[in-house]
Amino acid sequence: MKKWNRAKADAVIVHVILVLIGIAFVIPLLWMIFAAFDGDATLALQVPQHWTLGNFWAILSDPANQRAFVNGVIISFGQSILVVIVAGLAAYPLSRYHLKYKRPFMYTILFSTSLPITAVMVPVYELFVFLHITDSIFWTTLFLAASGLPYAIWIMKNFMDSVPIELEEAAWTDGASAFSSLRRIVAPLMLPGISTVGIFTFAGSWGNFFVPFILIQTPSKLPASVTIFQFFGQYGSVEYGKLAAFSILYTIPAVVLYVLGQRYMSTGFQFGGATKG
Amino acid sequence: MAVHAFAKSTGRRNRVPGGVGQHTGWRAIMFLLPSWLLLAVFFFVPILLTFYFAFTNLSLTGTSSLATKFVGFQNFVSMFQDPTFRISVIKTIVFLLFSAVIGQQVLGLLLAVLMNERHRLFRSAIGVLVIAGWVTPEIVVAFIFYAFFSDGGTLDTFLSVFHVQPIAWLYAFPMVSVIIANIWHGTAFSMMVYQAALGDVPKEILESAAIDGAGRFQRFVRVTLPMIKGSIATNMMLITLQTLGVFTLIYSLTGGGPGNRTTTLPIYMYQQAFSDYQLGYGTAISLILLMIGIVASFVYLRMLKVKL
Repeated sequence: MKKWNRAKADAVIVHVILVLIGIAFVIPLLWMIFAAFDGDATLALQVPQHWTLGNFWAILSDPANQRAFVNGVIISFGQSILVVIVAGLAAYPLSRYHLKYKRPFMYTILFSTSLPITAVMVPVYELFVFLHITDSIFWTTLFLAASGLPYAIWIMKNFMDSVPIELEEAAWTDGASAFSSLRRIVAPLMLPGISTVGIFTFAGSWGNFFVPFILIQTPSKLPASVTIFQFFGQYGSVEYGKLAAFSILYTIPAVVLYVLGQRYMSTGFQFGGATKG
Repeated sequence: MAVHAFAKSTGRRNRVPGGVGQHTGWRAIMFLLPSWLLLAVFFFVPILLTFYFAFTNLSLTGTSSLATKFVGFQNFVSMFQDPTFRISVIKTIVFLLFSAVIGQQVLGLLLAVLMNERHRLFRSAIGVLVIAGWVTPEIVVAFIFYAFFSDGGTLDTFLSVFHVQPIAWLYAFPMVSVIIANIWHGTAFSMMVYQAALGDVPKEILESAAIDGAGRFQRFVRVTLPMIKGSIATNMMLITLQTLGVFTLIYSLTGGGPGNRTTTLPIYMYQQAFSDYQLGYGTAISLILLMIGIVASFVYLRMLKVKL
């Protein structure tokens, strides 16, 4: 009887601690949500007296902000497509062939995934100046693609390893080339893997502030991550409601992608039965 | 997430592709070429450039911008005489220690342990709140905490209930503020790593320990902790590397200030290279960052013990 009470008391304490941590996590976030819908938002958390969509409208109707969102989509989408294609190509021989340099290459890839990108931004800027390619959406996207490659190659190879090679062998005997069997057999089967890499690349790119902040200067070429920072610098200390609305609009794609990514992650690795029957 | 992905990598494949013959070598190179090119130009060249430019007086303005010279260890000599550099090393260590090693690790593990064996709905409700901080882009995290810590912000309003005078936290306690913001943003990663690790601890062992009379705390220290120590070590390296590179959050929350009270190495590197236009000196600072990163990555690789 005594033991039962103690277990119950323990459970209550655990729940209370967890609820308190949960509240601590949600309070900073609540400010953003309430302020965005508040016509007279302040820095303090308060329930809006008059709910309004005015802040969102003000942000969305500004052509400069529209441009920033479009730029962000161009950069992030471009980077994701590049990463998926280039990493997919690279993963194929790494998964299928015997290569003498496979081990050192994979170790280098794994090593590169953990290096902080911040550490190379000064020399990258110097390289861009030297090659006269600063202030370019195209080259910035290409650099971002390169920085996302190590992780993508690693994930892609692991997904590809789980696609049974027997499916391809049938195509090879029919005379298909390695490239066409990659495109027609492996790629469709590893769609969850491709989606995972694409989604996480997009999300990482969308949230990246430092790289475009360093490499792009012209305001009309900047993605939303840098534009929102400049908005904060100019109006951040007055127009809190608009800043919060801008923040929410900018955060929504990241949340949607995260939810999508979770779905693909959990449905992955389900083609084990493809060779049976 | 990263840890799960890497953990799956141990499966070794040794298949011989049919129908490819002797040309496998060239074909493999064709497939690998685009990635090699991109990585070489944008990843390995900058790393090599770091080693080169760190020994030059490269700058964007002044006489040395016209003639960049090799200056040997000059940048490093000035670095070790530079009091601001010493301060930024200390700030980086404090930031790393309290936000990553202590904050995210301990809070992440605590959350995972407390959430273990709770009701599924309750778990996911708390989980969603913690993960929301992780999904929020770094720059938005900075705005949220700007509002939270500002003079007259949410924290002051809350404390005024207890008759605490308003404090401009970002000026009074800037380092504590950025550390809390970074813990809020990063903890979900550690929590998810530990949730996965705890799920792999066999229930039978915990049950038999309970039958042998081990209490809740004893079971955790004697059974669970030793079984997840691999995850603890890997997570430690990963979040150390992530935290080492944090720039956006600190830059937009405090700008490294007031004074240089939150000037970590990435912030100081940025200030030297892009505000003071001393690219050579800035590169020397990034070389230090890079070296720390390289050493930590090697330790991390050794710990993973992956078979390829």
